[in-house]
Amino acid sequence: MFRRLSRWAIAVPVALALAGLAGCGSGAPATSGTSASASASAGGGAKEVTVFAAASLTGTFTELGKTFEAAHPGTTVKFNFGSSATLAQQITQGAPADVFAAASPATMKTVTDASLASAPTTFVRNKLQIAVPADNPAKVDDLKDLTDPKVKVALCAEQVPCGAAAVKALDAAGLKVKPVTLEQDVKATLTKVELGEVDAALVYKTDVIASAGKVQGITFPEADKAINDYPIATLTKAPAGDLAKQFVDLVLSPQGKDVLTKAGFEGP
Amino acid sequence: MSGRLPWVLVVPAVLGLAFLVLPLAGLLVRAPWPTLLERLAEPQVLQALRLSLVTATIATAVCLLLGVPLAWLLARVSFPGRRLVRALVTVPLVLPPVVGGVALLLVLGRRGLIGQWLEATFGLTLPFTTAGVVVAEAFVAMPFLVISVEGALRAADQRFEEAAATLGASRWIVFRRVTLPLIAPGVVAGAVLCWARALGEFGATITFAGNFPGTTQTMPLAVYLALETEPEAAIVLSLVLLAVSVIILSSLRDRWVNSP
Amino acid sequence: MTDGLRARLVVTRPAFALDIDLEAAPGEVVALLGPNGAGKTTALRALAGLTPLSDGQITLDGLPLHAQAAEERPIGMVFQDYLLFPHLTALDNVAFGPRCHGASKAEARRTAAALLERVGLADRAAAKPRQLSGGQAQRVALARALAVHPRLLLLDEPLAALDAHTRLEIRSQLRRHLADFDGATVLVTHDPLDAMVLADRLIVIENGAIVQQGGPAEVARQPRTDYVARLVGLNLYQGLADGHRVKVGELLLSTADHLQGPVFVAFPPAAVALYRTRPDGSPRNLWHATIDGIERHGDNVRVHLGGPVTAFADITPAALADLDLTPGQRIWASVKATETHAYPA
Repeated sequence: MFRRLSRWAIAVPVALALAGLAGCGSGAPATSGTSASASASAGGGAKEVTVFAAASLTGTFTELGKTFEAAHPGTTVKFNFGSSATLAQQITQGAPADVFAAASPATMKTVTDASLASAPTTFVRNKLQIAVPADNPAKVDDLKDLTDPKVKVALCAEQVPCGAAAVKALDAAGLKVKPVTLEQDVKATLTKVELGEVDAALVYKTDVIASAGKVQGITFPEADKAINDYPIATLTKAPAGDLAKQFVDLVLSPQGKDVLTKAGFEGP
Repeated sequence: MSGRLPWVLVVPAVLGLAFLVLPLAGLLVRAPWPTLLERLAEPQVLQALRLSLVTATIATAVCLLLGVPLAWLLARVSFPGRRLVRALVTVPLVLPPVVGGVALLLVLGRRGLIGQWLEATFGLTLPFTTAGVVVAEAFVAMPFLVISVEGALRAADQRFEEAAATLGASRWIVFRRVTLPLIAPGVVAGAVLCWARALGEFGATITFAGNFPGTTQTMPLAVYLALETEPEAAIVLSLVLLAVSVIILSSLRDRWVNSP
Repeated sequence: MTDGLRARLVVTRPAFALDIDLEAAPGEVVALLGPNGAGKTTALRALAGLTPLSDGQITLDGLPLHAQAAEERPIGMVFQDYLLFPHLTALDNVAFGPRCHGASKAEARRTAAALLERVGLADRAAAKPRQLSGGQAQRVALARALAVHPRLLLLDEPLAALDAHTRLEIRSQLRRHLADFDGATVLVTHDPLDAMVLADRLIVIENGAIVQQGGPAEVARQPRTDYVARLVGLNLYQGLADGHRVKVGELLLSTADHLQGPVFVAFPPAAVALYRTRPDGSPRNLWHATIDGIERHGDNVRVHLGGPVTAFADITPAALADLDLTPGQRIWASVKATETHAYPA
């Protein structure tokens, strides 16, 4: 199927790149400074790094973006957060991105298969938790409770990473759960719990932490069987060139790890 | 009619048509024709299509039942705050559908103002049910019906209603036997718009009713999720939705809207 | 308890006020005549209950009507453009009223068919209003109004929408149907001919008030306002009478009638004779006038005269050619005393 797409995949980025060049005066990405500050000054003038990142990275990456901008004066980091699958589609359709951080290896594979990125690195892993409303009305305390037909459960749709992970975890536990809904992404799933429309849902630990007390997280052992790897890669056609690699370096650095761990991610 | 067509009208008209039709052409070009039939035969596709048609039709019926009287009230009865009410009717048009879905949850959800009472009194819950899909679709689509019927009511000659009154017809009889037949084209046009909007409804539906194959997964939801992993399947589903709605709408229009 | 209609209609609106008393006996046809905007239609709508009364009352056969909603009043109304329901056949239009009054569908259709037969349209029963000619639509509208057995029939400009030829025919038919109708009829028109032919009594309204009423012959002979005088085609003056002489402005007119005090004097334009030079024998009622305008009027020519009094004079085209008249020219005008008619103001 990607063979069929390739003609479009070439035409669109060419057009967009032309538009991009027309837009900003110094688009030359050929600098290869040794340090971040050197590269910023060598480029002369404003620089931009465009990062496409999974929605679950919104908080942490925004923070890291500010850190990066502080370390590279004159550089701005632009983010496009969304469902990893959607972002992968946008990249293969020629969206001008420098860095792609996905919430699943499968979505990253879409991009590497199209030869638009190479050598992705797993930078964090995310584990599922059972999220229940703060007052836990159905008294859920382990995965088995989700099989109770009286307990309303929301899962992510299998097509999105959190849904795939949920299926894996439930399979590992040998449990059959009949959810009332298969949500389009993890945030929508979490919203259903926050509003009390469902009694429980399987979401990432990071989402539970981000909800700031509106939902309660319950860990369960089978979560280890469905750990989600987050790969990150610079894109081969990255307009920002070396700056892209420097942003990835920041994410992989101890400083980056610190920010990510605080949000509930686990090291690779 | 004869004479030259004025280009100031024809050129924008052709551009406008192209603007509306080209995305459709894009879908057609990219459609995986060789595997099309095979994909269509998948039971989930038919299930989602059936659910879409059934819920959109019921939602339209609900809108007719509630929306026509509402339009009548706005067009024929003057009461304080009528302008405000008229503005409120258009709220679902302005509200992002996802927000509409959340708003519906806050009112009709399990912990919502009315939803709580519905569950306690009748054991009824709307979210995650097919009825919930109908509610979400009706919420988003009703303004199309109300606005179109109110316009028809305002355009209709009210003296026919007066004539009926002098013949001894009560206001209800006047409405049923004179007003309604007079504005029938407007009602049909409104219902068609309403149905089309309900058929394509996504945001409010997935937020309020959720997504589960067979009960709440309508075609637009299936399209959206297919887009996550299989863009070609999404194109097929979109084409099916488009084809079915174009066939139904064009046959309806020829029969009702265009008849003199 | 009195039969027929008795009403005092008061409708006040910004910049308009209607205040009239109205009576119509059973079987009587009363025409409300007046210029556009005089309030005729408002009066009719008030009788029908379509326009609320600001004050006053309406009784019909001794029962108060003003307290009832339009649909409760025992009335039938024919609207100016008929307002036949476009989605119903002629038969169902006529059957509409009986259905609303509780008749079964079959019963209502029988009544309707009989009425269509009566107005000569039995063969058009299945036609939709847009397939009917103007005259046919008018008759269906009349049948529809009569189908509810009204005690009061209201007709708003019933012939205004018809062309001249159809009008003649429908007018005489309408006259026959009105003669057969045993309830009171109030008819609104701005056409004096319709009023004269159809009505037993005329009520002339100007600016929301009655200015004159009476039988058609009386109104036609003795107009009391310029509007009525123009309608009936008379020159009309107000003056002060002393025996056979009436002083109108500076002019002294001799009349056949013997009166004292304030009077009206009327004479037809055809009674005015015009002379280029002062006629011999100095007839009475002679004055020196100015020609303000000349226009065609039927087969004759109407000359607008200014001077001590304004007047119309109707002369033949041949006379116009002989006199060689042009606007602005001075001319002598006279009228015979026997052609004038004076009556108390």
